[in-house]
Amino acid sequence: MESPAEIIQHTAGGAIGLSWLMIVLPLLGALILLVLNRRTDRWGHLLGVAMSLASFVVAVLAFVELLGLGEAERRQAVHLYEFIPGMVDMGLLIDPLSISFALLITGVGSLIHIYSIGYMSHDPDRRRFFAYLNLFVAAMLLLVLSDNYVGLFIGWEGVGLASYLLIGFWQFKPSAAVAAKKAFVVNRVGDLGLLVGMFIVWTSFGTLAFADLGTKVGTASDGTLTAIGLLFLLGACGKSAQLPLQSWLLDAMEGPTPVSALIHAATMVTAGVYLVVRSGGFFFPEGSPQALAVAIVGAATLLAGAIIGCAKDDIKKGLAGSTMSQIGYMMLGAGLGPVGYAFAIGHLITHGFFKANMFLGAGSVMHGMNDEVNMRKYGGLRKHMPITFVTFLVGYLAIIGFPLLSGYFTKDGIIETAVHHQPVLGWLAVLGAGLTGFYMSRMVFMTFFGEKRWDKDAHPHESPAVMTWPLIILSIGSLFLGGYLILSNRLMLWLSPAVGRPEVLPEFHFLSTPGLATLGLVAVGAAFAWMRYGRATVPVVAPRGSFLTTFARRDLYGDAINESLLMRPGQWLTRFAVYFDNRGIDGLVNGLAAGIGGSSGRLRRLQTGFARTYALSILIGAALVTGALLLVGNI
Amino acid sequence: MSELWLPIIMAVPVLGAIVVALLPKGGDKLAKQVTLAVSLVVLALTLVMAFQFPGAAGDRFKFEATYDWIPTFGVHFGVGVDGVALVLIALSAVLVPIVVLASWHDADGVKTADGTVVAPKRSVKTYFSLLLVLEAMMIGVFAATDIFLFYVFFEAMLIPMYFMIGSYGGAQRSYAAVKFLLYSLFGGLLMLVAVIGLYVIAGKQTFMFPELVGVIQDPATQKWLFAGFFIAFAIKAPLWPVHTWLPDAAAQAPAGAAVLLVGVLDKVGTFGMLRFCLELFPDAAKAFTMPIVVLAVISIIYGAIVAIGQTDMKRLIAYTSISHFGFIVLGVFAMSQVSQAGATLYMVNHGFATGALFLAAGFLIARRGSPHIADYGGVQKVAPLLAGFFLIAGLAGLSLPGLSTFVSEFMVMIGAYSSTASGSGAFVVAAIVSATAVILAAVYILWMVQRTLNGPTAEPVKAFKDLNAREIWVMAPLIALIIGFGFYPKPLLDVINPAVTSTLTNVHVDNPAIAEKGAGQ
Repeated sequence: MESPAEIIQHTAGGAIGLSWLMIVLPLLGALILLVLNRRTDRWGHLLGVAMSLASFVVAVLAFVELLGLGEAERRQAVHLYEFIPGMVDMGLLIDPLSISFALLITGVGSLIHIYSIGYMSHDPDRRRFFAYLNLFVAAMLLLVLSDNYVGLFIGWEGVGLASYLLIGFWQFKPSAAVAAKKAFVVNRVGDLGLLVGMFIVWTSFGTLAFADLGTKVGTASDGTLTAIGLLFLLGACGKSAQLPLQSWLLDAMEGPTPVSALIHAATMVTAGVYLVVRSGGFFFPEGSPQALAVAIVGAATLLAGAIIGCAKDDIKKGLAGSTMSQIGYMMLGAGLGPVGYAFAIGHLITHGFFKANMFLGAGSVMHGMNDEVNMRKYGGLRKHMPITFVTFLVGYLAIIGFPLLSGYFTKDGIIETAVHHQPVLGWLAVLGAGLTGFYMSRMVFMTFFGEKRWDKDAHPHESPAVMTWPLIILSIGSLFLGGYLILSNRLMLWLSPAVGRPEVLPEFHFLSTPGLATLGLVAVGAAFAWMRYGRATVPVVAPRGSFLTTFARRDLYGDAINESLLMRPGQWLTRFAVYFDNRGIDGLVNGLAAGIGGSSGRLRRLQTGFARTYALSILIGAALVTGALLLVGNI
Repeated sequence: MSELWLPIIMAVPVLGAIVVALLPKGGDKLAKQVTLAVSLVVLALTLVMAFQFPGAAGDRFKFEATYDWIPTFGVHFGVGVDGVALVLIALSAVLVPIVVLASWHDADGVKTADGTVVAPKRSVKTYFSLLLVLEAMMIGVFAATDIFLFYVFFEAMLIPMYFMIGSYGGAQRSYAAVKFLLYSLFGGLLMLVAVIGLYVIAGKQTFMFPELVGVIQDPATQKWLFAGFFIAFAIKAPLWPVHTWLPDAAAQAPAGAAVLLVGVLDKVGTFGMLRFCLELFPDAAKAFTMPIVVLAVISIIYGAIVAIGQTDMKRLIAYTSISHFGFIVLGVFAMSQVSQAGATLYMVNHGFATGALFLAAGFLIARRGSPHIADYGGVQKVAPLLAGFFLIAGLAGLSLPGLSTFVSEFMVMIGAYSSTASGSGAFVVAAIVSATAVILAAVYILWMVQRTLNGPTAEPVKAFKDLNAREIWVMAPLIALIIGFGFYPKPLLDVINPAVTSTLTNVHVDNPAIAEKGAGQ
């Protein structure tokens, strides 16, 4: 395997030297919109879009500058300032991995900003929405651009905050407020892993900066690396909604749909994958137990998410289950080591396009259907929303891995590599692909085909151009990006200075066994969906369903488990602790005071008397001190 | 010239207090204006002094001034500051004008849940006069280099605070004030015995701190004297299980007084541990480290769990502080450069963050007349600015990265985890257990936010007005400091680090991890 390149200190200025602007510009946007408040209502959304686009321009310029450098010089560290003296400095690392993320975040992010102008046009708080979106972009860029774990962690929790604010954007709805809190709290469980992982990193290596770690991790024991790796994996599970910390993502669909597209599909939820790949060279050596754990978590989640996706009637929750599942694929790839990194990141990028595309498409449908999310009340919408339909269809074909579309190349890359290195997990991923074929086809048939099952007051119509253009651009990416990145190993070669690469470059096989099996299962899944939801009549009220359906509808009982294992005992513990504090400790104290003072009732009434008592006690104290001092002074 | 700084900074609020007290009846507004002006002058003087602070160079204590007070016993009016004292004095000087502005109407009367206003027991100008007296004492207690002088301020601070709670507080104010007083007096008495014991046993005929460092050598004596100081400080801080006075006092005190109580007065406890317990009795400190760390970790987790179960906003915030003080004590006794610098920074950051949270809660309570969380709901919709400030202050309470409280909490935990002091295995466990508080903190803050700010707007909340200009001026500086130091804590740490290094030198702890990297690199 080829190791990553050395990180060199950037001195030349230029776009890379100015890369901090990527973070500062959207941060400034958020600040202006929040501080000036209602005064910016008229143009706030335009400022938000402008700041996101400006950030994108800086990212493109830095990308171009990086392309102009030799492969050995493509890891540039930009020092910013001393953060915690003696421990860590703020700095950015511009390398192929971070700049790829930056392009995705600002590129897809800007499209979603533009789309939101239309989607949120009737919301009186649109300005605040754009402030939070800008805040998110800034935090996400800090996460991926930081050259050390502390900066990464600030971004990591920063996106958590933005996610909290945006899930709860319509906070007057109790369900939204609860979902926002749940997302934050569950994520904090993961953050605990990241936090303790950092304690070990600092204690073992005396540094938290990527540049120094590269030379120091070689000295560590396997046990230390495994501990750090597993703790970081816990962090990744929280942010990326992987088992066992998946439960918040489905509830997070309470947020406005552009948020689901940007944060809960294209970017933030992939931060766990970023963390694993970025830390791969340090803490996830190939074949280590922690790397295997990553792959297992990925395989388990890709199935769990797909099963959940099969049973949801809420279009957004269906897509959320699908997101869990697709990130499971990425984690599986990332757990395979450098052979899998490029496919994991590749799938992350193409997924960013086709899933954002479909979420925004779902938003476009909702926009025309009075915010209805129940697919049982859709049907036959293709004629009424032609652009939304066509772009959604492209996203659909991409995600199920229709030959030659984006998802085909990146997902197949993960499956083939997994079958080769971890056959059991690999074949589970093939099975997951079949399920994807089913639930995504079900979604398309229920929404765009069949007869109308609308509510009486529904008047579906195509969305305005400001919403459809982003859909068109995203669907173009969903068509071609995967092939471009994977064929000739373009992405793998581009990323290799940052993440290393295998000795022998993989070749893409169009007619491999796992590939054909995948296509076959996808076709079966799609056909089954056609029989149940395309040809047959879809009941408006969901039928009771089998045990398996209930299992999936209830999110595999994730919430039930959390509730009985954590929430209930937690409530008992809290109640007991409060009782203990009031009656136990404080009871003892009051009892003591009452014993001395006569009765606690009298104690309370003696307030003014106590002022005098106090003065007296000071006097006595002073007399004691004086006496003692005189005694000593005379010796 | 430099020896005049501290005496002047202490004299200004005393003079101001006298002027305010002597104002004619009915001059309430003037009393408020004079108090604000005086506290701003103190702030300006403190900032000028802080910018002249020479850092690590020269003697440990800067701006020293020593005058004979009771020469027979070697008692001096001795003042001077190291980096730790300086940042805490600066914290006090920043908080007082903010509290003055926030308490503008607190002494006018207390609004109850049914909307009636109950007049307080004492006059408006007395309240503001007490506030200035308290400021002088807060500065004095951190500046004292004479242990007897420290003790005098430590005890005397109780008087203005006692009256502020007992005369201007909520319905249960008498009970709370007496409880506060009795607890503190008990601790103070033990400390007095220890102070005299130290004087007698040292036999140096002086109370000056620098001359007493390293004098007591006998381990058994060290332990007894350590215990006397430590119990007083543990009550003040407060540490589990001597904490139950704080929720009552903080809940009953007017919001402004609660800010000074929790934000500054309690810090004297942790400051005293760092300065006196550790440096005067290093062997005892090491001997007692394990039980104290256990108490600190219990405080962290217990305080957080009990906070989750509170139904009263101010009590909830008080319990979060008990959790936070556990972190500070853990940092102090983990005996590493990073943990102690983190603990000191924590003292400052906690003052700003909890101050902001108390004040924002105070603004809510002033509008609704009730501290009960269940009486709110949907504030975000009617008063977005108030809700926004409340949220940011809450996020600082859960140590969100990017806000100042994260830096200090992170330093305490990572400093404890990586500590090489004896018993480092226990510090590892302590760091991991205390880290689970990040989850509990998210629960207690965000659940409170959900029940007060989110959801449908409750009927009585619909009449809420958003913050007025005065209230914005109260919150904005605190929020700016919280965010500013969140991204750039270096100015504070550069001042704190050398002081912590001399503490660790006096405790004879070598910290190779830091020695190698250089504390102020």
